[in-house]
Amino acid sequence: MKPFFKNFSEKLIEGLLMICGTITSLTVVLIVFFLFKEGLGVFNKKAVEEGYVVMVNKSNPVNSISPEDIKNIFDSKITSWKDLGGKNDSIILFRLEDISNYFTDEQIGENFEGLPLLLNRVVDSIPQILAFFPEKYLGKNFKGREIEAGKITFSTFFGGKEWFPTAQPAAQLGVMPLVMGTLWVSLGAILLALPLGLAAAIFLSEIAKDKVRRVMKPLIELLAGIPSVVYGFFGLVVIVPAIQKLFNLPVGETGLAGSIILGIMALPTIITISEDAMRNTPRAMKEASLALGASKWQTIYKIVIPYSISGISAAAILGIGRAIGETMAVLMVTGNAAVIPTSILEPMRTIPATIAAELGEAPDGGLHYKALFALGCILFIITLVINLIVEFISGSKKNRRV
Amino acid sequence: MKTIKTKSILIALSLLTGVTVAQKLKGSDTVLPLAQKEAESYMKANKSAKITVTGGGSGVGISALIDGTTDIAMSSRKIKMTEKIKLSDAGKSTKETTIAQDALAVIVNPANKVSQLTREQLEDIFTGKIKNWKEVGGDDMVIVVYSRESSSGTYEFFKEHVMKNKNYASTVLSMPATGSIIQSISQTKGAIGYVGLAYVEKDVKSLKVSFDKGKNFVGPSMTTAKDKTYPIIRPLYYYYLTSMEKTVKPFVDFCLSAEGQKIVEQVGYIPLTK
Repeated sequence: MKPFFKNFSEKLIEGLLMICGTITSLTVVLIVFFLFKEGLGVFNKKAVEEGYVVMVNKSNPVNSISPEDIKNIFDSKITSWKDLGGKNDSIILFRLEDISNYFTDEQIGENFEGLPLLLNRVVDSIPQILAFFPEKYLGKNFKGREIEAGKITFSTFFGGKEWFPTAQPAAQLGVMPLVMGTLWVSLGAILLALPLGLAAAIFLSEIAKDKVRRVMKPLIELLAGIPSVVYGFFGLVVIVPAIQKLFNLPVGETGLAGSIILGIMALPTIITISEDAMRNTPRAMKEASLALGASKWQTIYKIVIPYSISGISAAAILGIGRAIGETMAVLMVTGNAAVIPTSILEPMRTIPATIAAELGEAPDGGLHYKALFALGCILFIITLVINLIVEFISGSKKNRRV
Repeated sequence: MKTIKTKSILIALSLLTGVTVAQKLKGSDTVLPLAQKEAESYMKANKSAKITVTGGGSGVGISALIDGTTDIAMSSRKIKMTEKIKLSDAGKSTKETTIAQDALAVIVNPANKVSQLTREQLEDIFTGKIKNWKEVGGDDMVIVVYSRESSSGTYEFFKEHVMKNKNYASTVLSMPATGSIIQSISQTKGAIGYVGLAYVEKDVKSLKVSFDKGKNFVGPSMTTAKDKTYPIIRPLYYYYLTSMEKTVKPFVDFCLSAEGQKIVEQVGYIPLTK
């Protein structure tokens, strides 16, 4: 009876563990699948807002306008058809709201039943017109011609320099400023955190007395437990004004503020992992070095650091990983202006901050929504590459030991 | 026999509606504090009613309405054409009710000399044409523009109403919340931004604005917003499915009643004027 029961419970536990493992891996795979399914949907979608059309008079020679030019036209930066390869006429813009300047309310009708006819008349009678209105008011036998605004392609998405996902009539979805912002902020963070973290790790593993270490290590690990929104608030109230004063800038919300906050947040990871690596240095090696007459510092940088270099690199890369994915703290301190940065002292917008800030109000399943998922894919790929590098480095460590 | 039948149906109906009047509201974070207050007092008055209010953003609320996971969508912007098309694809139609209004104040750092701007100047500042305060009568200082996130209803409204649909300059700093806009403007000398009237406090200065090319400048306050002399006012909406009208109507009516509108003022929004 007893062996059977033991056997049975063992089998049960085994089965439970297997189920847990399968469910977890399946969830991960499903999440990644969902992310890419939604994200890749952004390509080949029309840049003009869904349900709307952009129309011109049929005598107009211009056939297609790029989304960027459409934005510039509606922002009054392009005012003549000549700039678009048309006649030397100024562009007359027409939005649906403008219909009341042309016709009376009675003509339009209470439920807008007169609209298709009136829109037809407007577009047909003004040769210089560029009209933008909902597709459903497009009557039969419409006399205008629809403008091709192109589709979102790989090159416009990754090479585009402007991020205006809610611009009407055509959204500008260039992720370059966001990718650059993410990389700048993360790079700054790692440049600040790595030297500091390494110094702290060397101190803890080699120099500090046992008593000191027993107090300091939990303190540093506590840093990792502080919620990121608290870091963000601290950054906004303390670091941002300090940067503004120090560099005499018009605005303190800069990439540097984000780097400093992220650097502080990455410290616990870097310190704990590299300290563990250093403490793994065999005692015999250190003692041999000291016995040969090397000083303590010589032992550290000739023996301890080379021995633990792969652990240190892993710590640095995991620190970067933490920095790249961090959202809330960055959202609060970097200013989030979507411009391609030229220095770290400018406002920047990162990918996670963009997703967090915009997903809540983006219409479900629309172009903007899919573009945000595509941003998620980019982030996923960046972190995947980082993790692969970690794997590679820890793998090479094993080989060397053999 | 017939009367008994109808009676029993009526009783069943009243039981159903009387016992389980559970309603869900979801959407805009701007409307959230107001809807919460309204729901609290409504539930106090009607013990059988149970209303849950959650935020997430206007877009979240409206897509929840399309999916049928909420009864009322709160929104600080009008429903978009794409969303309307989705609704009609699902065979549903919505009703829109304006439940309150919100005035937007244009705010600057208290140290700024400028105290009034025209709509045209605001447009040029937010589109990046005017870059220095000396161009609008202030000190020689770079203008730092703060805005809400591109997806917030406030951002869209300001763009439509004040900037005449032109796009914001790409250098505009966008902040995740009204609180951080106020924090940033109070510590940045050349800053300008906009927030709801309820949030204006002494660390920032609100500007007088003119929508008639500089003839009349009006500052934002409850009085100027109520008598509509202050020009930057936006409506706040509830959206619900036409098929659900019976269930949600009592609560919507309560929000529109005198008592409900009193709560609107307490929360800091502008009551509807009839």
